[in-house]
Amino acid sequence: MAEINKELVKYIATLARLEFDEDELDDFTEKFRRILEYVEQLKELKVDEIEPTYHINVNYTSMREDEINQSLEISEVLKNAPDKKDNFFRVPRVVE
Amino acid sequence: MSFEAVIGLEVHAQLLTKSKIFCGCSTQFGSSPNSQTCPVCLGMPGVLPVLNKKVVEYAIMLGLATNCTINRNSYFARKNYFYPDLPKGYQISQYELPICSDGYIMIKTKEGEKRIGITRIHMEEDAGKLIHEGAHSLVDLNRTGTPLLEIVSEPDMRTPEEAVSYLKELRQILLYLGICDGNMEEGSFRCDANVSVRRKGDTKFGTKTELKNINSFRFIQKALEYEIERQIDIIESGGKIIQETRLFDSSKGITISMRSKEEAHDYRYFPEPDLMPIFVDEVHIKKIKESLPELPYEKRQRFKDQYNIPEYDIEILTNERDISDFFEKCVSLYNNPKTLSNFFMTEIMKELNERKCGILETKLTPGNVVEIFKLLDEDKINYNGAKTILPKIIETGKSPSVLIEEMGLVQISDTSALESIVMDVLRNNKKELKEYLSGKDKLFAFFVGQVMKRTSGKANPKILQDLLKEKLSKISIDEVDNL
Amino acid sequence: MDIKKLTLEEIRNLIESRVIKVRDVTEFYLKRAKELQEKTNAFITLDEENILNQVENLEKELERGFKGKLTGVPIAIKDNICTKNIRTTCASKILYNFIPPYDATVVERLKKEGAIIFGKTNMDEFAMGSSNETSYFGPVKNPWDWDRIPGGSSGGSAVAISAIQAPASLGSDTGGSIRQPASLCGVIGMKPTYGRVSRYGLIAFGSSLDQIGPFARTTKDCALVLEVISGYDPKDSTSINRENPEYSKGLSKDIRGLKIGVPKEYFIDGVEEDIVVNIQKAIDTFKNLGAEIYEISLPHTKYGIAVYYLIATAEASSNLARYDGVKYGYRAQNVKDLKQMYIKTKKEGFGEEVKRRIMLGTFSLASGYYDAYYKKASKVRTLIKQDFMSAFEKVDVILCPTSPTTAFKIGEKSNDPIQMYLSDIFTINVNLAGVPAMSIPCGFDRKGLPIGMQIMGNYFEEQKILNTSYAYESAVGGFKFSPFQEE
Repeated sequence: MAEINKELVKYIATLARLEFDEDELDDFTEKFRRILEYVEQLKELKVDEIEPTYHINVNYTSMREDEINQSLEISEVLKNAPDKKDNFFRVPRVVE
Repeated sequence: MSFEAVIGLEVHAQLLTKSKIFCGCSTQFGSSPNSQTCPVCLGMPGVLPVLNKKVVEYAIMLGLATNCTINRNSYFARKNYFYPDLPKGYQISQYELPICSDGYIMIKTKEGEKRIGITRIHMEEDAGKLIHEGAHSLVDLNRTGTPLLEIVSEPDMRTPEEAVSYLKELRQILLYLGICDGNMEEGSFRCDANVSVRRKGDTKFGTKTELKNINSFRFIQKALEYEIERQIDIIESGGKIIQETRLFDSSKGITISMRSKEEAHDYRYFPEPDLMPIFVDEVHIKKIKESLPELPYEKRQRFKDQYNIPEYDIEILTNERDISDFFEKCVSLYNNPKTLSNFFMTEIMKELNERKCGILETKLTPGNVVEIFKLLDEDKINYNGAKTILPKIIETGKSPSVLIEEMGLVQISDTSALESIVMDVLRNNKKELKEYLSGKDKLFAFFVGQVMKRTSGKANPKILQDLLKEKLSKISIDEVDNL
Repeated sequence: MDIKKLTLEEIRNLIESRVIKVRDVTEFYLKRAKELQEKTNAFITLDEENILNQVENLEKELERGFKGKLTGVPIAIKDNICTKNIRTTCASKILYNFIPPYDATVVERLKKEGAIIFGKTNMDEFAMGSSNETSYFGPVKNPWDWDRIPGGSSGGSAVAISAIQAPASLGSDTGGSIRQPASLCGVIGMKPTYGRVSRYGLIAFGSSLDQIGPFARTTKDCALVLEVISGYDPKDSTSINRENPEYSKGLSKDIRGLKIGVPKEYFIDGVEEDIVVNIQKAIDTFKNLGAEIYEISLPHTKYGIAVYYLIATAEASSNLARYDGVKYGYRAQNVKDLKQMYIKTKKEGFGEEVKRRIMLGTFSLASGYYDAYYKKASKVRTLIKQDFMSAFEKVDVILCPTSPTTAFKIGEKSNDPIQMYLSDIFTINVNLAGVPAMSIPCGFDRKGLPIGMQIMGNYFEEQKILNTSYAYESAVGGFKFSPFQEE
């Protein structure tokens, strides 16, 4: 089983853009370890020859014609925006 | 010790569909910010993608044109990363099973033709755009969801020239298929390059770097040249190449490390659950195959066989489908490919380049071009006249025979009219005439020039020459003063 | 006329024949919803003005001769189903102020048949939970015992029925989120075949598992709502293009010769004794109705939870990435750059369980772990699906408990994720396989808490499941779905 420690939890959190305070981290790491221990039972099964199931209905994707539909009114686009300027969404500067 | 470079290219080509890949918003370039968005491409909660049929068709077209295997089954995957121009926090792309794989195209190199492998072609959605402004960035999601084909080459190129040649060929194929406008400035044809170097003879690849943000053929050439040089210098001084992404700074002509962005890149690809697998049947592929237009390399071969014109001319004429179509229409009306091709090379292309426009954006028609040649054949104008009226035709669309009248360019082929002008010129240039008659043959051109000047270039050159020769042969040096 | 007792069909018929007004029915339920809100906390949003506008519009339509399948029926909607111009929060702080500019397809379909889009019901945050304790808007309480959880995640939609705050409602079911609360609240809840009902406008949790379905008091009500919301939707590429039966018209009590499978893996230690006893009684009832009972096996049952928590969380980790404070919803303030905005927004906007699942899903997909976790789970999913496929070669439907326990106390399992996850053990495999299943009331335990019985069917055999339920409902003389039923 993967070694579950605070470092791994922190790394996964970085990937997910999450953050935990130090005191939360212990509790979280412990719960995370218990969940992963639980899913270890899948190891009992030999599945090398089994095809994975990603989609339930065995059929193919439907497609649409290349036609233009009305876009959303700009007021509707920005209605829920936490911050905006001149029809743009505005965010704190991306640090490069 | 000599080195060689190993270059592989990833090209992103925006497709010329009317609507986006997963929703019905328009793909038009240059609209006001966020005006071409809907809940689907804005990544609002609960919305779902529906695939645009045309995108699959275009992908198959390119796959066939580049000798790829078209995979009967393929599926979409999510590429997960965070950036404000990516509203869902993932890009719908293809990963494990792309729609096309294992193809190749032939490119021209100094050593002749070379085969460059294509690893895969897959469909994906484009991201939006950011504008940086002080302490903020502004997000425009109009481009989000514009369909892209990503074309990944094998690391088969060894020089920057080969890389450019590959890109030009690929771009031309896209243009011929009519599925991408190839505009590098607007970003509809973008390129990332993977490059490494190794000692000649080595079979193992060196550590590669990825070059991003290169938006012209010239910059690609420069960026690769710089990067190859940089890597060789490091290795020769005993250093090691770091695998990283580097940005090309076109103002300085150098590449710069983007290490700050390198943190924890793990895209966590997994099959897109919102889209079922894509299935393409044999009949569909066959239909697309039959409808493919003639491709650049096929056209070049045919031009060679059919028109017997120089390789360089073929190169230029087949560069754009509009030009080659125009040329062929001209040939069908005036069966002299060599003369026509010459005129295209020296005159028409020059005019188009000056105007920075395509041939179809001008008022030039094959009929007009051919009429010019008929006027030349009938001695109604001379070549100079042809050159003079061409810009006017381009601008006004008027017929050449009307224009030569209007502009007074009708050639003087009347011998008696020319005779008096010739005599006049000789009388007024007695010093030169004497010199000529004492053996300075070169001055013949001077007299031609003088007559042309007097006739504003309208003298029929052949008649003039004959006439001038005849007159000069009849004058003896003693007669000059009494002419 | 006692509006409270009317079935959906009766409401529609009485309204269309002008015996009662749309307003009478809606106002009755509005009054109840408001009166009981403090006790149940079943609603997150109850937009009275919007609801009364709908009533007014429908009255006008009726003047013009409108007829629909659900004319004037108020239907409560789980708050992860988008409603145009009505706040849709997913019970999360991160969407606390989100107003969708579009309707989910199911909402469009309900409106088309004359339904009144009633309040938005409380739920576990992002449908992640089995007890309705993870809602940003506070827990929902079980009308049979106010100290107990109603189940989750569609707790509000279940409670709205059993507290008679709405005559029918919609929920969503990713691992049991309709059936388990239906069971714990003593009402009917159905998860249709994956692809039967459009997911367009359902805020995604586990996209390959999510499915919208109805809550109701009677089999017929359930069938009617199901037939309205079902059917192919070109906006959902996973919805299935096939005939959509009129389930309410196809109902039949005659189940003679019906082959019922009883899986041994569902009668294990840890299932409360009263539940086993009541299910046994129900099996006897089915025997008396002429059904044939077979013991069957679904051998990979026990792996379901592990598989589910790897796949559902993987999909969720990606589905929830879009809540980043850029385009809508909550955004953390006082941040120095974009990266901090992302982190603080998610840290402050998501609750603990949601974060835990995003973490688990991110882990399951991370390079180096993908094969051993996400991919492995997807392979075991194939085995679970095959279990059902071979079972349905032998039997028509499968009967089992919906939940191993009746409603537990608020706070009892909230600090133990594994115990909480195990309460879905009987419902989860149905989602992994994509087959339809229904939970119907099956008596009470010694504490007076409702017990639920689950009926599973083969792909697209909703009608068979409904008929099984209909036969049982008739045999037991109707369901007791609410402690307030006889008031």
